[in-house]
Amino acid sequence: MTSIAQIQPQRARGGTRRHINWTPYLFIIVPLIVYFVWIIGPTLYTFYLSLTNWDGVSPNPSFVGLRNFERLFTDRTFHEALTNNLRWLVVFITIPTTGGLGMALVFNQEMRGGRWYKVSFYSPLVLSLSVIGLIWAWVYNPSLGLINSFLRGVGVADPPGWLGDRDLAIWCIIAAAVWRQVGYVMILYLAGLKNIDPTLTEAAIVDGASRWQLFRHVVLPLLAPVTTIVLVISMIDSLRAFDLVSIMTRGSQRTQVLANFMYIEAFNNYQMGYGAAIAVVLFSISMIFIGFYLWRVIKTELEY
Amino acid sequence: MTTIADTKSLAEYNAASQPSTTGRRFGTAVKYILLTALTVIWLIPMFAALVTSFRTMDDLTINGFWSMPQSLKFDNFVEAWNQARVSRYLLNSFIVTLPALFGMLFLSSLTAYALARFRFRFNLPIYFMYVAGTLLPFQILMLPVFRLTNALGLYNTYWALIFIQTAFQLGFCTFVLRNFMRTVPSEIFDAARVDGCNEFRIYWQIMLPLTLPSLAALATLEFTWVFNDYLWAIILISDDSLRPVTAGLAQLRGQYTTNWPVITAGALLATLPTILVFAFLQRYFIQGLTLGSNK
Repeated sequence: MTSIAQIQPQRARGGTRRHINWTPYLFIIVPLIVYFVWIIGPTLYTFYLSLTNWDGVSPNPSFVGLRNFERLFTDRTFHEALTNNLRWLVVFITIPTTGGLGMALVFNQEMRGGRWYKVSFYSPLVLSLSVIGLIWAWVYNPSLGLINSFLRGVGVADPPGWLGDRDLAIWCIIAAAVWRQVGYVMILYLAGLKNIDPTLTEAAIVDGASRWQLFRHVVLPLLAPVTTIVLVISMIDSLRAFDLVSIMTRGSQRTQVLANFMYIEAFNNYQMGYGAAIAVVLFSISMIFIGFYLWRVIKTELEY
Repeated sequence: MTTIADTKSLAEYNAASQPSTTGRRFGTAVKYILLTALTVIWLIPMFAALVTSFRTMDDLTINGFWSMPQSLKFDNFVEAWNQARVSRYLLNSFIVTLPALFGMLFLSSLTAYALARFRFRFNLPIYFMYVAGTLLPFQILMLPVFRLTNALGLYNTYWALIFIQTAFQLGFCTFVLRNFMRTVPSEIFDAARVDGCNEFRIYWQIMLPLTLPSLAALATLEFTWVFNDYLWAIILISDDSLRPVTAGLAQLRGQYTTNWPVITAGALLATLPTILVFAFLQRYFIQGLTLGSNK
């Protein structure tokens, strides 16, 4: 390993000095320009905007330093949004993760009709979040919706208002998100389970491991890479949650999340500088997880 | 892993806990009943939408949700399709999604080819940049992209969405394709090069056909992602006749506030394209989802 690593840079350097092979650069240049103009540049520009009081219209935003951030940390809506994002995150890394893993373990065994059960559980994944938002808003409808019609039918006199109830609303939205997420996690774990070498599990069974021991000491450690991906995806998804809140409550009923808060400040109140500051905070939190994931990718890449 | 003493006791334990045939059959039955119950609960929201879309609001208000529908009519679908303009919104979604799909797959396969086949100075940094980009929260781009789109005169055009969708998905596509292309043995390409093929022809005529399974999986997945996007649609489009279907549905909700049969009918119509893709290309869809995670 080390010997190869030591030899190769020398060879590469020896080659570069005399003659650079431009071919790879010709391949990457156009996509790279697109990526810089539409993704990298805008990412950096948001940091600049967060230090201004841009209103979205005036050509030259003026510089206000850290004033947006000072205002942000005393803004009650910001606290509400941050709390809701954290709630979302905690639910996402626990319920769909364990639920999806459980489902994957059940469906990994040969069973009659297994395919149809599987399809049912991951079918919500093809629906757009706006469709999911509408369907669930109808299910939660206080007077005619499915849940309350059922509750009244079984004799509950005064069923909750769900999305109309300020204490319940955010949990109702998160529940709809979980409904979609479980199938996703299940698919990822099923693929991971398929990749496990059967000789390893057979060896454990021959050694007399119980089902729980087999799971705890053989299967779960082998699934660790999938678990990392699942956790990273869940965290990032819960931080950038937007569509469901926007469709179901527009952030009212104490359901504000950072992404929707930012959208409202920027596009309804024309406080683009303030909106940019919210985006910077959101980005900084995500950076923890992106960084962790990137570090893992870099590590596997350098092992080659 | 386990000591000998442990193993022995475990074997005994296992033998003792091995259920009899009838016991096992009972267990299987319980498993199926539980799974079926869970599946039914899982699908109830979709079922509710389906039933609602065939009924009238009067019927629902008077008889309640759990009553037998008075009549089953397609009127709500016709209304959603025509008056609520779901047909127009769906067309817009296709006009945006298909070019974006071709753009992102073509551009990312170019990059992936260079990253997988050549040793050059910026190879890994560029790869890591794209990987990091896959997880970027789009909120960080929202305002500058809005401004850029305005500055380029693209605001409120299909191009605004096509560009951002193409660019935003480049990271994920490059990541997946690069890792796939690295598994193709390089001997194939050496032979072609000896025969005097230039690099672009090798990419186009040898690498791309070999990458087709990955491209298909990626295309299926990206189709649903771009088609289902809501955020960019509401930020970069203001003209109702240009709205993609996701944003159109939000509009429809505002218009038909309490007319749930029409709203659910519209939502179901909006889902049709992705449902069809899923039904026919399910294998690719699942492959696509797992492409990124097995690395």
